[in-house]
Amino acid sequence: MIMKKKWPLWEVFVRSKNGLEHRHFGSLRAADADMALENARDVYTRRSEGVSIWVVASKNITASNPENNGELFEPAQDKVYRHPTFYTLPDEVKHM
Amino acid sequence: MEKENLVQYIYGIADNALILGQRLSELCGHGPNLETDIACTNIALDLLGQTRSYYQLAAQLSGENVTEDDIAFLRTERQYRNVLLVEQPNTHFGFVITRQFFYDVFHVLLLQELQNSENETLSAIAKKAIKEVSYHQRFSSDWIKRLGDGTEISRQKVQEAVNDLWKFTDELFHLTEDDKNMLENGVGVDVSLLKEKYYQRINEILEEATLEVPELKWFRKGGKEGIHSEHMGYLLSDLQYMQRTYPNMKW
Repeated sequence: MIMKKKWPLWEVFVRSKNGLEHRHFGSLRAADADMALENARDVYTRRSEGVSIWVVASKNITASNPENNGELFEPAQDKVYRHPTFYTLPDEVKHM
Repeated sequence: MEKENLVQYIYGIADNALILGQRLSELCGHGPNLETDIACTNIALDLLGQTRSYYQLAAQLSGENVTEDDIAFLRTERQYRNVLLVEQPNTHFGFVITRQFFYDVFHVLLLQELQNSENETLSAIAKKAIKEVSYHQRFSSDWIKRLGDGTEISRQKVQEAVNDLWKFTDELFHLTEDDKNMLENGVGVDVSLLKEKYYQRINEILEEATLEVPELKWFRKGGKEGIHSEHMGYLLSDLQYMQRTYPNMKW
């Protein structure tokens, strides 16, 4: 069946474990927020991937324009000194 | 308590899940959109999973050489104990949702009581399944409201399904001889006592969906005694095809 009017698009964020942040899992179509949440449950968490779901209408997301990638991101590429890689970390600090 | 009564009683619960699961499986890849397709298939898989637990118990009771597959695939039409409601065809999405809704509301009430069964395995299956089934009820109730309170066409279609399937709801509360026997033994649920609560919930949701509650005094039954509607034979010929064509085949 071809839907004449397509439902709006929603972005789905899933928290996979307590203590972790919600991560973007993908997108789906739904008529409203409630349906988006139920659809997200079925589409993205049916193999027990999550403990919490956020959905947000895709139209509410302001995205950077790929055309501007040059000025936005390239200047950072030759500035390795901005990474904290010049320090030796003690072994006791496991994750940094 | 005879073992055979218990086996028949288990069929009376499990066959509903199998046949409804089979009906939903027919939709796999044919849902109105990807998200709803996955949702319906998920429900089908939940139901088939529950069916397996019940059939494994029935197979254990039936003797060494009986497996869950024999029970699912090698019985004749008259030996299936499911209600007429669950074997009704998919017709259109309004029917799929209404059939699901009519069964889900009953299913939740049934499992709530089955948790108290003196048969530990049945009680454990009920405890596990009730979470899945509560979600099914939520899904189908939501869709009833969306379709009923949706567009003119969606409302007309879902009302058609409600009117058409209503005559199958009363059978859910019919007590067979096996039901009565299991009730006396503390194993079974008195489904006749669930009726009031059932129609109360159904009417609430239909009202919220701005749908009319049919005023029907004539109901159909027979499935629980093995007397099925004409749709059942076609359904079983699909369901049993592989085992009938290639006996004893395994995945």
